[in-house]
Amino acid sequence: MKVWLPRDAAAKALGAEAVAAALEAEAARRGVALELVRTGSRGMVWLEPLAEVEIDGARHAVGPMTAADVPALFDGAAAHPKALGPVEALDWMRAQTRLTFARCGVIDPLSLSDYAAHGGLAGLRRALGMAPAEIVAEVTESGLRGRGGAGFPTGLKWKTVLEAEAPQKYIVCNADEGDSGTFADRMLMEGDPFTLIEGMAIAGLGVGATRGYVYLRSEYPDAIEVMEAAVRLAREAGLLGESVLGSGRAFDMEIRAGAGAYVCGEETSLLNSLEGKRGIVRAKPPLPAIEGLFGRPTVVNNVLSLATVPVIFEKGAAFYADFGLGRSRGTIPLQIAGNVARGGLFETAFGMPLGRIVEEIAGGTASGRPVKAVQVGGPLGAYMVPAQFDTPFGYEEVDGAGGLVGHAGLTVFDDGADMLEMARFAMEFCAVESCGKCTPCRIGAVRGVETLERVRAGDAAAVGLLEDLCETMSAGSLCALGGFAPFPVTSALKHFPEEFGAAREAAE
Amino acid sequence: MALDTTETRHARLEAILDAHAGREGPLLPILHDVQAAFGCVPAETIPRIADRLNLTRAEVHGVVSFYHDFRDEPAGRVVVKICRAEACKAVGSDALAAAAEARCGVAMGGTAPGGAVTLEPVYCLGLCACGPAAMVDGEILGRMDAARLDAALTERGA
Repeated sequence: MKVWLPRDAAAKALGAEAVAAALEAEAARRGVALELVRTGSRGMVWLEPLAEVEIDGARHAVGPMTAADVPALFDGAAAHPKALGPVEALDWMRAQTRLTFARCGVIDPLSLSDYAAHGGLAGLRRALGMAPAEIVAEVTESGLRGRGGAGFPTGLKWKTVLEAEAPQKYIVCNADEGDSGTFADRMLMEGDPFTLIEGMAIAGLGVGATRGYVYLRSEYPDAIEVMEAAVRLAREAGLLGESVLGSGRAFDMEIRAGAGAYVCGEETSLLNSLEGKRGIVRAKPPLPAIEGLFGRPTVVNNVLSLATVPVIFEKGAAFYADFGLGRSRGTIPLQIAGNVARGGLFETAFGMPLGRIVEEIAGGTASGRPVKAVQVGGPLGAYMVPAQFDTPFGYEEVDGAGGLVGHAGLTVFDDGADMLEMARFAMEFCAVESCGKCTPCRIGAVRGVETLERVRAGDAAAVGLLEDLCETMSAGSLCALGGFAPFPVTSALKHFPEEFGAAREAAE
Repeated sequence: MALDTTETRHARLEAILDAHAGREGPLLPILHDVQAAFGCVPAETIPRIADRLNLTRAEVHGVVSFYHDFRDEPAGRVVVKICRAEACKAVGSDALAAAAEARCGVAMGGTAPGGAVTLEPVYCLGLCACGPAAMVDGEILGRMDAARLDAALTERGA
């Protein structure tokens, strides 16, 4: 019997290892030959651990599994009390356009043959036949923008590095996914690591870089383990090394673990950290594309940006650019989190209204209570409210509504959420994680916590002071940490003034 | 347990430094390995690391003290990390953290007297669709509550 079961961290956190052990034990007890394939996750976290069994050529889902559900699986998956039918026919799967995550949850993450059988390496083979400028032009034409949060056109960044002259250039993958409410990078690296490796190799060929680094946060031990194993396998198979797939062109890479500093998700801070320094933000210019890692021209791209490159080369820039809305081309892997009935990863073309994501796809709150607010884009993103639910999910559209797409995480809160506390937490987090280089962030965040505590205590003058402070931080901080930390604060204040008390009315 | 004399500690440090010789930007990987070997980055290792990398002691200390991961003394026998970030707060991690503090007899960020448990905040484990999330001795746990945390600690004799 062949069973697929995720080894994704979320599946493990919900008991996948106990299910795997029970499968092995039950197979031994029955004398059945078991082929257990540990995959990534399909992204339906509320159904994890989700087992899959093949029936008449289709993979059928059974879940959420516990060890106690295992024996019945051997009596026939179709009749299992937790049988859900063919995976691909589930609403959550059918409603998606999975390009970046096409293989995640499907293949054995560490099988290169499985990877190649599902379209892997086709993009790299095509890129090997192209000149560097053609590779960069293909990415530009796809309309791909940085998925880490800033939304900067990826092709433009690559072009700058291609045109920079230097004895050594680098590809750096930002896998320091510290934003709460986001986990797409983790899922991709655990579920389809060769996609990231392939994307980085194409980037290297495109800009003339022969070395790459993945800066991966230490809070993701499973992702580190899978990525390190995948790099070893890729090197053994000649996908990485002196001659990529026998082309005579070199590209190699390694995985570097972070050390628990949120600010290292900021690209210049990340570069300092990779160099072995304190993760202090650098002033720009110079751009990392001109003077990046060790002062050399460097492409710094998010995991999802690089992992989307292979499908662009496999299917063509026009295919990818055909999806989307306005200047937001292609697909975006949404991460639906917090207090939601159906949380997980949902990849779709840009443009889906926020309300449809929250109410229809995610099914509202887990608590069954009304949705109060959705924080879009991580800890530095604004709180958006049901009155804004017709906002289409695109960079310019969300920005126009006072929000931030960021890394496309959506954290849902029910009506029990204390927005003053969430605002205070945003400032506290900024104070804990500030690198300390610029004053508005280093001092401002501390003063922000104090001021919000005064608001809590009913101080009438404090709200006006808070608004001034937020403006100073937004305008005066060196990077997005201090610059965007006021977003959740001012949006909470705007939408829920009553929670900031009589103090606000008195101040006005 | 192997004898941990000054000589063996010295040899272990040299072996780590040798293993990273010639790498680009080796300091963070070295510090991770030192902490894995000694349970922390002991103060006495800093001058030697600095010497080998041609850095000042202040520069190495500056790096060690910048990152939350690096400790200057070993943690308790069991390390409990509880996610305190937004997605977990949306599903009750504040209550979980309070329960953990009561169960362990120590405030967040501290080590219980006797060294049984170290309790730490963590800002996101990437388990945002199945929070509140925690990590107990490296094992990741989703949808945690006070009872499951108690069971995980009891299982580890803490």
